[in-house]
Amino acid sequence: MPTPTKGPRLGGGPAHERLILANLATSLFEHDRITTTEAKAKRLRPLAERLVTFAKRGDLSARRRVMTVIRDKGVVHRLFVEIGPDMAERPGGYTRITKIGPRKGDNAPMAVIELVREPVAKKATVKEAEGATKRAAKDDAAQREAAQAEAQLAETETAATESTELPAGAVAATEDGSAPEGYTVKGNADSGKYHVEGSQWYDQTVAEFWFKDAQAAEAAGFEPAGGAAKQVEDEA
Amino acid sequence: MAVPKRKMSRSNTRSRRANWKATVVATTTCPQCKAPMQPHIACPSCGTYKGRHYGVAERTEHQG
Repeated sequence: MPTPTKGPRLGGGPAHERLILANLATSLFEHDRITTTEAKAKRLRPLAERLVTFAKRGDLSARRRVMTVIRDKGVVHRLFVEIGPDMAERPGGYTRITKIGPRKGDNAPMAVIELVREPVAKKATVKEAEGATKRAAKDDAAQREAAQAEAQLAETETAATESTELPAGAVAATEDGSAPEGYTVKGNADSGKYHVEGSQWYDQTVAEFWFKDAQAAEAAGFEPAGGAAKQVEDEA
Repeated sequence: MAVPKRKMSRSNTRSRRANWKATVVATTTCPQCKAPMQPHIACPSCGTYKGRHYGVAERTEHQG
């Protein structure tokens, strides 16, 4: 299903709506500033900005596509020759809608839609944006520091609990899972078993603890995986 | 077509209409001319909005 048009429908039918919007766009590009109802201004805005984008491109194909909406060649000429170059620096936001009071008669909320022709005010916005990013960075850093402090607290806590669990003669596993130097026997904390290097399940075991040799593991209360016969260290 | 069976009493009519209330329009002070204006709408007395002037926004006698 196609996405429905944003905003209210205008006129008595699709063709009528297209005509209304085309006429509004023609008037806007002719006079730079038109007064209409808020609903129509809001519907006109995306169409007008798209046409300005075509004008910025400025080639024949773009001109022909604009001509399908705006039938007045004089207005299209003005759009391509005067308005397009004015908008060259502007990254979108070519129109501005300002609300004015309701209309007498039907009390419809009215608005002025105008082309933003003045040169892009770069300095102020850039300064503002830089300030904003700086503030954001500061906030971010503060948050990160707080998070780090918390994490450190948590780490010290966990480390404390782990160190109490760490059996005698064992070394906690390094983060990347490689063996600490001098420690070759893997200890599995979940099963309470140890694996010497080269034994059957050695490679697939994830070691929580590392022992120097089988005796140390046994002294720490770990059992040989698959029986003592399978966990005999190769002395050679 | 469905039609009412009984006449509506004055009391019922009036108690229904008693709930039609107008709400106060929120206003702010125009930074340009200090007259009351609705927020986000160009000032009706001097026609300015965010430092720009809109002649059509100014209220005339006929517009009330």
